[in-house]
Amino acid sequence: MNSAVDPLARKMKWRQIWQKWLYGLFGTPLNTLITVFVVALLFWTVPSLLRWLFLDATWTGSAKDCASNTGACWAFIGAKLRFILFALYPPELDWRPTLVIGLLASLLVITGTPKFWTRHLVYLWIGVVILMWMLMAGTLVGPKVPTSRWGGLALTLLISVVGFACAFPIAILLALARRSKMGGLRTLSILFIETVRGVPMIAILYVAMLLVPMMLPAGFSPDALVRAQIGLTLFVAAYLAEVIRAGLQSVPHGQAEAASALGFGYWHIVRLIVLPQALRAVIPALVNLAIGILLNSTLVAVIGIFDLLNAAKNAANDPVWLGFYDESYIFVGLIYFSLCYSASRYSLWLERHLRAVKS
Amino acid sequence: MPGPKGSGIFNAFMSWWGHYPVTQFAVLIGLLAIFWAMGSNTVQTMHRLGITPGFGFLHQSANFAIGESLIAYAPSDTFGRAALAGLLNTIAIALSGCVLATVVGVSLGIARLSGNFLLAGLVRWYVEVVRNTPLLLQLFFWSAVTHAFPAPRQAFNPFGVIFLSNRGISVPSLRVEGLSISAVVLSILIVFAAALSLARYRTGKPIERIGPWGVVFLALLGFVVAFLFGGAQANIDVPALRGFNITGGLNLTPEFAALLIGLVVNSSATIAEIVRSGIQSVPAGQWEAARSLGLQPGKIMRLVILPQALRVIIPLMTSSYLDLTKNSSLAVAIGFPDLVSVLNTTANQSGQVLEALAIIVVSYLTLNLAVSAIMNRYNQRIESRGFLPR
Repeated sequence: MNSAVDPLARKMKWRQIWQKWLYGLFGTPLNTLITVFVVALLFWTVPSLLRWLFLDATWTGSAKDCASNTGACWAFIGAKLRFILFALYPPELDWRPTLVIGLLASLLVITGTPKFWTRHLVYLWIGVVILMWMLMAGTLVGPKVPTSRWGGLALTLLISVVGFACAFPIAILLALARRSKMGGLRTLSILFIETVRGVPMIAILYVAMLLVPMMLPAGFSPDALVRAQIGLTLFVAAYLAEVIRAGLQSVPHGQAEAASALGFGYWHIVRLIVLPQALRAVIPALVNLAIGILLNSTLVAVIGIFDLLNAAKNAANDPVWLGFYDESYIFVGLIYFSLCYSASRYSLWLERHLRAVKS
Repeated sequence: MPGPKGSGIFNAFMSWWGHYPVTQFAVLIGLLAIFWAMGSNTVQTMHRLGITPGFGFLHQSANFAIGESLIAYAPSDTFGRAALAGLLNTIAIALSGCVLATVVGVSLGIARLSGNFLLAGLVRWYVEVVRNTPLLLQLFFWSAVTHAFPAPRQAFNPFGVIFLSNRGISVPSLRVEGLSISAVVLSILIVFAAALSLARYRTGKPIERIGPWGVVFLALLGFVVAFLFGGAQANIDVPALRGFNITGGLNLTPEFAALLIGLVVNSSATIAEIVRSGIQSVPAGQWEAARSLGLQPGKIMRLVILPQALRVIIPLMTSSYLDLTKNSSLAVAIGFPDLVSVLNTTANQSGQVLEALAIIVVSYLTLNLAVSAIMNRYNQRIESRGFLPR
């Protein structure tokens, strides 16, 4: 406390920091060389990049204004923002995807707060996920909107969150089966998990898109988004099962044995004793997986679903605003980056927080 | 508990099968029934569409072109040959991707740990940006970049030997002429025989193990011998601008180049993190102990730190190689004819969706098994090194 006020001590501290930096940048001949090289690289790239991004950029106006300018065309983002966020959703019903994004954001914030980690959270998730889907479809109020017109940021967030939520119960069952002493179920679980983890996600999506309609009885065909969502869910379930299995392995045997000695049955032990500890142990891995799902959900663009990335690509295909791919990709890249980066920061914070609570 | 008496095999099976034998059996039967129903539905759908189930279609003419292929392929060739061309493309991209990603990733990981703040910070942001944006977005970006290169006459020409143009990336290649396979095999055999007999002559007993590096060294030596005495010629083929095109060297098409760059950039960020965490997982005491024994920094790294770090690094590296192999299937989004892309076209053209997807699944599972098997062999060597008494 005192040293912060003492001018001499403060001076010493600054000197220490200064010397650390000096050493870090120019400590050895090699270090100096690297510093010079990196600075040269930055001088070579950063100014022209900044000029393109900001100084020469067109902020408002039409495509013609952009064409006459050498910088980035942010007017394009302004004109196409609605399309990138909601894609083909009927414009007069924009409040629905907006509300869905809002609901999702609040759901994620609530989920991220350790104070709310109770069983009510499970009910909340089930409720909100069903509500969001019905809201988008227009089951509750207003005109119905077919899934082929859903799109943009709302769709990306929706399929990621619904995929994660629906994969959870499946993954828990798979992880329990894989660790059980029942040979038949264990083999089935291993077969499913290893097969799904062994093939690319795009293959699973093709199965959902091309094969599933052939496998179902004639005249019965769920719509494309539902099929893609099921494919994504099963894909996530296999990876999630492995994460949960790691968590189950981390719970000491004594916990289940003690509960069993107290007369708990299998499902009670799993639900009340083992799972809460197992899931808590793998929270950072769960957050990482959630980031992976958000990033991988872009693959549905390949099978023609209008997610955020596909919407951005198609925004730049508009004849009026043709060819502003760079701006479009940078914009959605920033959206993905800010979501994923804040999630990974949150995961780091959570790890520290949980460690502090434990000790 | 299942029946205590009975024949040995049955007993062993029942104890493996475990609790609730009837319920498990019911689940199995239920799943089989679902699969059977789906299968018969599929066969009915195929009959309705006039398609014959089975792999016979692989012998029919494909009638579609493939952008690039390692084997000779024409649209009049069969679906089977098209699939093979796609598989070879996938293997080519996966192999070159893994090698390059390792080189770039390990360099980045070491750079991240270097004492230089600027370099470490730069690498840190590279990793953050790459790992927090979708791979598909990155591939779209690289695809746009490689297609935006100028025409061959105005090609970017860094270092004078690499050409970046809208026809792709041309790099120098090594061209060997007049080297017959029999000469190579013969000289490798001679070199191995010579090495073994020399070892026996010197030590008086046969050597037990040459080790992988010894095998590689001797094989290379065999190549050199075959080269020197087989009358072969080698020259470096540098690409050059002739007329309106760039000839010579090794030409990577824009699609291949975009996919390769995208995959390498993406995986190298992961590998950089793996290498960093692996090296940091070695306790600081190991550095201090080695330093107090008077070892030089290079030797500390090579003899003390890396053998321990590799135990953490190798399993993670394996999964990142597997990821790269699977991610190469995103080629379909940027127009590179890999296995998935070719078989997707095949499915659309022939209607044999089930068979095409089965080939995809089996191929990727086999590729995965192969990569895992190789890496596990290497991992066993790493694991047993150091702490086992000899």
